[in-house]
Amino acid sequence: MPAQIRDVMPAFELFQPASVADTLGLLDRHGADAWVMAGGMDTFDWLKDRIRKPKVVIDLSGVAELRGIKEANGGLEIGAMTTLTDVSRNALVKERYGLLAEAAGLVASPQIRNQGTMGGNVAQDARCWYYRAGWPCYRASGNICYADTPTSVNREHAIFEADRCVAVNPSDTAPALIALDAQMVVRRSGAELVVRAQDFFVGPGVDITNLTMLQPGDLLTAIRIPGTWAGKQFYFEKVRDRQVWDFALVNIASAINASGSTIGEARMVVNGVAARPYRLEAVEAFLSGKPRNEQTADAAAELAVQGAVPLRHNAYKVPLMKALVKRAIRGAAEWSS
Amino acid sequence: MEFVNWALSPWGENILVRISWDLFWASLVGGVLFLVAHGGYMLFSPHHKRESDEVDRMEQAMPALPAAITRHSFVARIFHWVMAFAMLSLVFTAFLPVIGIKFAWVYWHWMAGILLTGSIIFHIIHATFFMDFWSIWVGPKDIPEAKAEMMREFGIDAPGPKPGKYPLGNRLYHLAVLVAGLGAIGSGLLMMSRVRTPIFERNPYLMGDAAYGLTYVIHGLTGVGFVGLIIAHIYFALRPEKFWITKSMIFGTITRRQYLEHHDPERWVSSK
Repeated sequence: MPAQIRDVMPAFELFQPASVADTLGLLDRHGADAWVMAGGMDTFDWLKDRIRKPKVVIDLSGVAELRGIKEANGGLEIGAMTTLTDVSRNALVKERYGLLAEAAGLVASPQIRNQGTMGGNVAQDARCWYYRAGWPCYRASGNICYADTPTSVNREHAIFEADRCVAVNPSDTAPALIALDAQMVVRRSGAELVVRAQDFFVGPGVDITNLTMLQPGDLLTAIRIPGTWAGKQFYFEKVRDRQVWDFALVNIASAINASGSTIGEARMVVNGVAARPYRLEAVEAFLSGKPRNEQTADAAAELAVQGAVPLRHNAYKVPLMKALVKRAIRGAAEWSS
Repeated sequence: MEFVNWALSPWGENILVRISWDLFWASLVGGVLFLVAHGGYMLFSPHHKRESDEVDRMEQAMPALPAAITRHSFVARIFHWVMAFAMLSLVFTAFLPVIGIKFAWVYWHWMAGILLTGSIIFHIIHATFFMDFWSIWVGPKDIPEAKAEMMREFGIDAPGPKPGKYPLGNRLYHLAVLVAGLGAIGSGLLMMSRVRTPIFERNPYLMGDAAYGLTYVIHGLTGVGFVGLIIAHIYFALRPEKFWITKSMIFGTITRRQYLEHHDPERWVSSK
């Protein structure tokens, strides 16, 4: 094969709108030809590898109204272009939603967090290297999954909900947002859609070429976090190969509303195990009313991995996930009994 | 408009991937245009069926004919509706996502495919051993009937043969469905080797890229073909002058007069 040209982006028309209205106008005009760029952390990989060659790039960095964190309806509203550093350091986020602050603070490296945005982190594409290399897999509108063959290198891939494609969602903030019952605010065709974070992410069965419900022409403008889970007991842990800078092999976000040592309501979401953040609803239901002890955690961990189908090289994710579920139930403390 | 999608394999080869969804729209629009054109034509068609006087004479000449004549047995009707359910499920699960209605369709699609395959296998056995196997086939022997039917379409009382059990259009449609159906089933079964099912062990390397590409194209072509075929079938089933056939697929029988008006009693001898 001829050597691939790297680090030289294909030519495209660049737009740098200054308002949401201008952005929507551009999206309306260019439709599927337009590529929306937030912080550029995902975009530049695609462009410099010349895998994606959009005719138009819409750079959102100049849209001030998409930045910032403000109080709204008893919770918070985070602009889609707010950087991950700002989210992880914001006093309100840290005070009320420490889960999200921690998740945002563990994304990649400080430099990437300074440039990467909340919107970009939740809307980023899969990191499956077969897909990122431009191979014609299902996710790239082809008819095969190169990661799910007897000889594939699939250590990082899915153990749940594989439907032809076995790529996983790489976001760290996504599971935290689902655990906090967040809502995504999307502008589509002049209307505003408010979508539950859980429904914002889609699996390959529903849409094999997208990790989210965003379609060409859509713009994610903000993320709203209700007050429901403010100040509750949170746990976030990210397991990765390189502690300094890496995507999660598996991460977990949990929110628990406990009364003494009894668990009331719980939210538990794992990412890196499926093409969308994998909410452990069976575990959540099981935990309700249970004592927060090791026996409960053991049973919950077993429940969490029911239905897992490991690939050739990622069976380690099953015990890893069990361990994370146990640790999320235990929280920061030692077992009380 | 594109007909097929190509991709560059990891080995730098151009490989077929699937048909372009433009063909789905072409089939959909083609089916609707046919429907409009045929509907318009039928407003002015002088289509000629057997005259009432002649039917009266035939009724008198054949007093043993029962009032209700069985056209489709209970088993044949069950097969037809099971196949119709499977076919519609296959088309809807395949093409609703194409028009933007997203849902987890693959599971329902292959399940419907298995149902269709099972029903077709049953039909082949049933038609071979328990039905008049040759009554549905079309061949050179049907040219006189085709000529006569065409003349009747233009209002001329042609002397040629009347249809046997199945009108010529019926037989041609069956042939088209047979070709498209076997193509869709064969290619679909091969495609299942790339999907996780409890039926087959997944083996994405069962064939090479080129063979898989061709398989996907065949499946796509037969699939979009069915869009047009199904539109045509439902349209004819609902047309007033054909509705007696549709009713017979529900209730099993036609009246003695319908039998004599539309069929040649010598080519389709009523069993009761």
